[in-house]
Amino acid sequence: MSTKTSILPVVGSHHRTLEVEVLRYDPDKDDKPYYQTYQVPCEEEWVILDVINYIKDNLDRTLSYRWSCHMAVCGSCGMMVNGEPTLTCASFVRDMPAKIRVEPLENFPVARDLIVDMDSFVEKLSSVKPYIIAADERTVEDGTFTQLPAQLADYMSYTHCINCLLCYAACPQVNLNEGFVGPAALALAHRYNLDSRDKGRSVREDVVASNAGIWECSFVGACSEVCPKHVDPAAAIQQIKIAATGDYFINFLMPWKKSKNTDEASSGGGK
Amino acid sequence: MKLANGNYIRSPNRYSWWLRQGRYVRYMMRELSSLFIGVFSVMMVWGLYRLSQGETAFTAFTDMFWSKSILVLSVLMFLFAAYHSYTWFIVTPKAMPLKLGGKRIAAGVIIGAHMLLWLLCSVAVWAAFVYGGAV
Ligand code: SF4
Ligand code: FES
Repeated sequence: MSTKTSILPVVGSHHRTLEVEVLRYDPDKDDKPYYQTYQVPCEEEWVILDVINYIKDNLDRTLSYRWSCHMAVCGSCGMMVNGEPTLTCASFVRDMPAKIRVEPLENFPVARDLIVDMDSFVEKLSSVKPYIIAADERTVEDGTFTQLPAQLADYMSYTHCINCLLCYAACPQVNLNEGFVGPAALALAHRYNLDSRDKGRSVREDVVASNAGIWECSFVGACSEVCPKHVDPAAAIQQIKIAATGDYFINFLMPWKKSKNTDEASSGGGK
Repeated sequence: MKLANGNYIRSPNRYSWWLRQGRYVRYMMRELSSLFIGVFSVMMVWGLYRLSQGETAFTAFTDMFWSKSILVLSVLMFLFAAYHSYTWFIVTPKAMPLKLGGKRIAAGVIIGAHMLLWLLCSVAVWAAFVYGGAV
């Protein structure tokens, strides 16, 4: 083996101590959440999730939180860091001030410590029928769908969502209106609406173009600003608004067209 | 608020939530701008009405704009209208992802074209007023 010096940065050197205020809540003991402070010796290359892991491993085993991949893929480590919805495995400690406050994601009920109850989100996500609704029943003999790269590019960016919920935590409308379908679910609906293989737009419209859907959005734009995957849900929602407005006028001026669209889509098993 | 199932709902303050973050403040300012634009529209309609009443009435209306309070209000209305227009044009690529020959047009180009058009229209209106003899 050669004795070349390493080009990697020196790891394992104590960089600085971070004061971390963590929201704690134990539903069996506490009437309401409170903050607990930890002093954490951090290393240069750490992300916030490493800090939380350090607390769990070395300082306080009772701390509960979610994480899995440590590489911005699974979407489970979202938390509020100094009031900003943050994917903690993708945010470096070196970009943080000396004191940080870590809380569970806003706009969701706190289940325990940094864990939120995300059932409402899962329901909203499934309510937009996020799967391909084809025009006709297809059999194996029909072969696969074909799609051109350009058609793929139309919706590709909307497939990048990792369901991290940061956009829901950032959205004031989610906070004000419990029923609002919300950014990620609407972006996913748009992803399928844009897919050349899909004919389910009018089926999805019941939920998507309702008052609890796109029309609840007042285009704050916060969702797109916090999204770690650049999904741009705000753009998706505005585009659906325009498409839905177009549909409305077409239905109004040419009612016979509407029935045709609906028949086409519902025969594809979208009911 | 603690729920029956043990979950806890933390709700941000109903009145001050938007002061916590720059992006919410910017949003609220955009929403607030509609108030000023509303006031401006009412003033314009009022001006039309005064115009229909003849020259003295209309001169009284335009003279009103030289009073200090109306002048301050006008400046505010102008700033809010400008900010509102800016926020509107800056998001156009989101609502309108245009394609040319199968390729997405860059966001900056769409915004730039809108801003340019906005500028040209403003200059045209201004020139019509100044050279058209309205001022
Ligand atoms: S749209 Fe972005 S912020 Fe929202 S859940 Fe998906 S990845 Fe997260
Ligand atoms: S741990 Fe998987 S996204 Fe952060």
